[in-house]
Amino acid sequence: MVDAKFLKPDTLALHAGQHPDPVTGARAVPIYQTTSYVFRDVDHAASLFNLEVGGHIYSRISNPTVAVFEERVAALEEGSGALGVSSGQAALHIAIATLMGAGGHIVASTSLYGGTRNMLGLTLPRFGITATFVNPRDHDGFRRAIKPETRLVLGETVGNPGGEVLDIPAIAEIAHAAKLPLMIDNTFASPVLCRPLTLGADIVFHSATKFIGGHGVAIGGVIVESGRFDWEGSGKFLTLTEPYAGYHGIDFAEEFGPHAFIMRARTEGVRDFGCCMAPQTAFYLLQGLETLPLRMARHVENARKVIAFLEANPAVERIASPDLPDHPDHALAQRLLPKGTGSIFSFDIKGGREAGRRFIERLRLFSHLANVGDAKSLVIHPASTTHAQLDAAALREAGIGEGMIRLSVGLEDADDLLDDLGQALRAATKA
Amino acid sequence: MKLTVHGRGVTATTGGAEFDPGKPAIVFLHGAGFDRTVWRLQTRWFAHHGRSVLAVDFPGHGWSEGPALDSIAALADWTAALIDAAGLERAALVGHSMGALVAVETAARFADKVRALGLCGVAAEMPVHPEMLESAKANTPKVEELITFWGIGNALHKGGMVSPGLWLRRESLAVLSGNRPGVIHTDLAACHAYKDAIQRAAAIKCPTVLVLGDGDLMTPAAKAKPLAAAIGGARSVVIPGAGHFMIVERPDEALEALRGCV
Repeated sequence: MVDAKFLKPDTLALHAGQHPDPVTGARAVPIYQTTSYVFRDVDHAASLFNLEVGGHIYSRISNPTVAVFEERVAALEEGSGALGVSSGQAALHIAIATLMGAGGHIVASTSLYGGTRNMLGLTLPRFGITATFVNPRDHDGFRRAIKPETRLVLGETVGNPGGEVLDIPAIAEIAHAAKLPLMIDNTFASPVLCRPLTLGADIVFHSATKFIGGHGVAIGGVIVESGRFDWEGSGKFLTLTEPYAGYHGIDFAEEFGPHAFIMRARTEGVRDFGCCMAPQTAFYLLQGLETLPLRMARHVENARKVIAFLEANPAVERIASPDLPDHPDHALAQRLLPKGTGSIFSFDIKGGREAGRRFIERLRLFSHLANVGDAKSLVIHPASTTHAQLDAAALREAGIGEGMIRLSVGLEDADDLLDDLGQALRAATKA
Repeated sequence: MKLTVHGRGVTATTGGAEFDPGKPAIVFLHGAGFDRTVWRLQTRWFAHHGRSVLAVDFPGHGWSEGPALDSIAALADWTAALIDAAGLERAALVGHSMGALVAVETAARFADKVRALGLCGVAAEMPVHPEMLESAKANTPKVEELITFWGIGNALHKGGMVSPGLWLRRESLAVLSGNRPGVIHTDLAACHAYKDAIQRAAAIKCPTVLVLGDGDLMTPAAKAKPLAAAIGGARSVVIPGAGHFMIVERPDEALEALRGCV
């Protein structure tokens, strides 16, 4: 018997979710720039609205171009299904709102994107959802922070900006022992470098704006479900296991099994909160997905050259990259991300905040802006921008120094990047 | 909906509508290693179009108590008992793969309980490759991969699900990997051993439709012809481009074929 020969990730990045348009023969994914879809007849309309048949009703809930993007990301992440939304923050919000309401509690890593920290620490408490933050290396801390009302354990594959790597299999085991799902923000690794669902995570989300899109032209987010979490056995997720009046008493886990979470997230989450992905955005992001494997390899290659250059530069005090043997998570990174840890890392420049300012202002190729994962190289000062809402203690807790510089290494010729960094470092330390 | 059959708990979904034994009923029977959720795009439609629906988890599968039953005959006995337990005099049976063999066996031996048959992804015999049986016996992931790879039609290996955003490969692997040890092997061995379909078919008198995929590599449409010929008045619908998982790959076409019969 011939072994299973599934299409491989590089092929799926180009083909998953799409067949050439049967009417026009269009090879590229068409942009279905439409709000709504003509029903075949009255019964077809009623059946679509009642989830009796598959298909599209209104582009707030689903759209054919977005559906290709969703299925392609699900394929690359090894998930049973995905939901595209308007941003990474929307993905985080919809995932949480699907799992819990007021009274819910989240155990989260301290090593999080600043926007995630804001939502969990400042915004969601106003709606009755609280969070406890735990150092990602403190596994017992995760265990101790879980309460009866906890509904989610949350972390990032590679933290920002300290490069902390989450031990996904170990944290998944802790979450599952408490009958809780583990959700991972996989934005910095992308499914090319790490697929958390294959390591034990239950839900993955992305800011697709970053590496997935890869060109800094569209804001988008996506949530992916593994299909394996036992919502019924957990008994903690009534949104998925109790009748829902929104669809005449539907029980998502009973009827949709491996798609329970993503179906509820779509049919309630984006239906009611409205944070849908635009078809034009999906098209841009699909262009990014097609070359994601190639780009990630080049991102990693360039980042390693930049790291080696900075290591040898006397103006650099410390580099926080799990690619380096002296990083506390180096061995873990080699195990969980054997192809590399991406191209986003930070370093401290000698001379603190003022030297950092001069360095950023002297860079010519690196763009100073609030984004990462672009084809172009980017730079930012986290303490005054992305993590500006954190006080000194929280900055320390998140591993962020006041003079820390974060780089997102792009796809330029590495020699040009090294020249640019070299001249800026000289200028920064000369003054 | 929870039922008790032969002293063990059974889970069945009713397609999102109250189960009313007074309406014409349909019992959906899943294939080897799967569960009730494979029918999600047929059950909800029938449940809201004048039928009462029970999409069951066979013993030891999904949310039903075990152990798994080790022969098609035993599964047919169980199905007949299920019809009684649900308070039904008769029901249409719609089965997929192993479930279709169970439907044939039940309709032949308990003819007064079965008013119609829908047989999806079915063949007169379902021999299982020794490698698949061995990997199932060893409870290795290989059997889940083989069932998934060979079950999905060629077109759907690239995706293109009717339900937005769903990825069939991982759906299949997720359900299969959730089985208790030994269950998939028990199912596959039961399919492999069952040679009675043609003989039983002669006893079937109820309306029957065979729903087949022209890209089905596990139960090729041609292998269903002897069975179709042996069931008096049976109709065959071959769905273009569909593999063995036609009820998920091409749910609208599968529904259309079934609704004319059950």
